[in-house]
Amino acid sequence: MGEKKELDERFKKFGTVSFTSVTKVNDFIDHLEAGRVTGTRCGDCGLTFFPPRADCCQCLGSNMKWFEVSGPGKLVTYSRLEYAPTGFGDDLPYCIAVLDYGDFKVFGRIAGDVPEEEISVGMAMKTVVSELPNKRLNYVFQKA
Amino acid sequence: MGKIAIIGVGQSAFVRRYPGSVRELAFEGFKEAVQDARITAREIGASVVCSAPEYDKQRSPAGVFAEYMGLNPQPAFYVETLCSSGSTGLRLAYSLIQSGLHDVVAVIGFQKMSEISSAEIQERMGRGADIQWESPFGTMMPAYYAMYARRHIEKYGTTLEDLALIRVKAGTYGQLNEKAAYRKKITLEMFSDAENRMAAPVASPLRTGDCCANADGSSCVIVAGEEKAGAFCKKPIWILGLGAATDTLNLAGRDLFSGLTAARQAAGQAYKMAGVGPKDIDVAEVHDCFTIAEMMAYEDLGFAKPGEGKDLIRGRETYKEGCIPVNPDGGLLSKGHPIGATGGSQIRSVVLQLRREAGESQVREPEIGLIHNIGGVGVYGNVTILGR
Repeated sequence: MGEKKELDERFKKFGTVSFTSVTKVNDFIDHLEAGRVTGTRCGDCGLTFFPPRADCCQCLGSNMKWFEVSGPGKLVTYSRLEYAPTGFGDDLPYCIAVLDYGDFKVFGRIAGDVPEEEISVGMAMKTVVSELPNKRLNYVFQKA
Repeated sequence: MGKIAIIGVGQSAFVRRYPGSVRELAFEGFKEAVQDARITAREIGASVVCSAPEYDKQRSPAGVFAEYMGLNPQPAFYVETLCSSGSTGLRLAYSLIQSGLHDVVAVIGFQKMSEISSAEIQERMGRGADIQWESPFGTMMPAYYAMYARRHIEKYGTTLEDLALIRVKAGTYGQLNEKAAYRKKITLEMFSDAENRMAAPVASPLRTGDCCANADGSSCVIVAGEEKAGAFCKKPIWILGLGAATDTLNLAGRDLFSGLTAARQAAGQAYKMAGVGPKDIDVAEVHDCFTIAEMMAYEDLGFAKPGEGKDLIRGRETYKEGCIPVNPDGGLLSKGHPIGATGGSQIRSVVLQLRREAGESQVREPEIGLIHNIGGVGVYGNVTILGR
């Protein structure tokens, strides 16, 4: 009978409200705390994943390597929300969006300080870590 | 393979708040379908119940319904693909009959969205996406479809007025559908009047008028093999083609944002199985949870080339007098969208059209009809082709 194992619930810190606490890719949170947004690449077959994942659906391997999401991506599309689900009301209004990096895409929010009139489909944006109240973290898109 | 038919269809009225329990609600659609098919519960070999479980308080409703509808001791089970659960139920019924396991199957769809409070609904809406990677950003269904609308507008020059025209059409036929929750006439002017609720922004570029609303409702489709169909039914409507496909849940995994890949794949399968093409379709019910969803359906189903869906609605070609009538029952935009009941309601409308029993919304002498039923934001695509 060993000592009680502590549950690794780092993922609870992700986003305004997190619905997941335990995941095999919890190191993603450590990377956010260090200022980096990361995805995973399969160490066996090379397939790239964002959001990061622990298992490769192409070769069934679990030998994943982290990589940093860096440089500019292209804004594919976005929407500005006037209503929000429970727990997100204080954030309104805000924009959700998809950025295209070529061999992967990133779903997230556009930084709140980017005026809507400066947002246009196809523009270059970068993905950066954003610190939220209560030591919570997510990432947002800023003009590149 | 034997031929398989729909021999009975029914639905409850779709309403904002149903004044009864879920079993009573489901009974309404079931009763109408069984009476329509002129059979009894004893002749139903199995029942498939379709709903979105996050709105259900009752766990495992298939068991409750089997009891309430007199379907014991036949097998009953539950199937879910979000808003397309009803079409998935039909696919399952088809398989159960084609396999020889059963000869008559009831597909019972229901949703009592008012079963839970508005606050609970708001909470569940946030979980209608990838809860690990998308929901923490605060996502909602209208915003996802809005992202498709934005892309469609940017890529093809589709306008907000084109989308409003789709809602105006829905209102035209919603007025005729006594089972629809929203039966008011809708005009383009409502969308240009900033004071009007229709014009209120929800998730840019979509406005209130571009979105369907929650509702309570039930539907039922009775499916039978050729032998039973001939014995029970004077006007069997045959299942000619079935298509079903999936796409990534997280939008980051998608390549297309101006159409739904799963819908295109499902349509291709259904056309191939039926041996027909888009030009052979005489009437269609498409999943217009948002106006942009109907616009994309025109293109994903091949009624128009990508980017040319706007020409169909501008030319009124999707009205019942047009070259391809779409949603002559008013669509989800008029009926409301009780998730698990929606697919069965769409199937019912096409069956009534093909039997020439659609009353004021009857299109001219249809021979072949199509149902396009989507789960989530194109996560589940289902296309069904029916014929007389």
